[in-house]
Amino acid sequence: MPELPKKSVTIVLFSGEMDKALAAFVIATAAASMGMQTSIFFTFWGLNAIKKQGGLIKGQNWMQKMLNLMNYGHAKKLALSNLNMLGMGPAMLKTMMAKKRIPNLHEFIKTATALGVKFYPCEMSMTLMGLTKKDFIEECEDVIGAVSYLSLAKDSNVNLFI
Amino acid sequence: MTHFSIDKTLDARGLSCPMPSVKTALALEAMSHGQVIEVLTDDPVSKRDLPVWAQSTGNVLLGIEEENTTVKIYLKKA
Repeated sequence: MPELPKKSVTIVLFSGEMDKALAAFVIATAAASMGMQTSIFFTFWGLNAIKKQGGLIKGQNWMQKMLNLMNYGHAKKLALSNLNMLGMGPAMLKTMMAKKRIPNLHEFIKTATALGVKFYPCEMSMTLMGLTKKDFIEECEDVIGAVSYLSLAKDSNVNLFI
Repeated sequence: MTHFSIDKTLDARGLSCPMPSVKTALALEAMSHGQVIEVLTDDPVSKRDLPVWAQSTGNVLLGIEEENTTVKIYLKKA
């Protein structure tokens, strides 16, 4: 783990919904713009935000394959935690956001990367779901575990679980 | 009140939180110490947030001017 500068923010993104991922990225990009070292630890459903597009069937056994098929998602395809309405909700929200020039999740990921926000996928969730590092976008740093996450979080000034 | 020269203007009008701060941070990164950036915004949140941003990043807020819906914020890179 690299040594952290004075002020830092660590975020756990556990949820796989678009609205919650957006909340995480708004805070992450704002923090990074303020010069704080910002890290996001993607775990469980939160992994969907940094998955590559495509590849419906992933995993080593039928249960993992079924889970990944039913849990298919990536930055451009995530449900809402509320008012999802079979996908109508996210579609409408994306239109409304575009009208107000609010970046979508895909754009937020690019901005966050440009600002030096670090993305860490969770090793245990990946093993459970049968995912490997190549299932995730190139912007991701090392795959880490809970201890490595906590070694960052213990010295951070702001820690959020979303 | 402009008794300083502007080195760069960032038009962040139409953008909402947190993008004006993000764009300002990215723009200042490419500038050198002591240079002045003029940030244009029409986002009411950014009018409050950008001075706070300047304070917490150590950059100097030189002034704020309002012209209709546009707020002009002048920052000097620390």
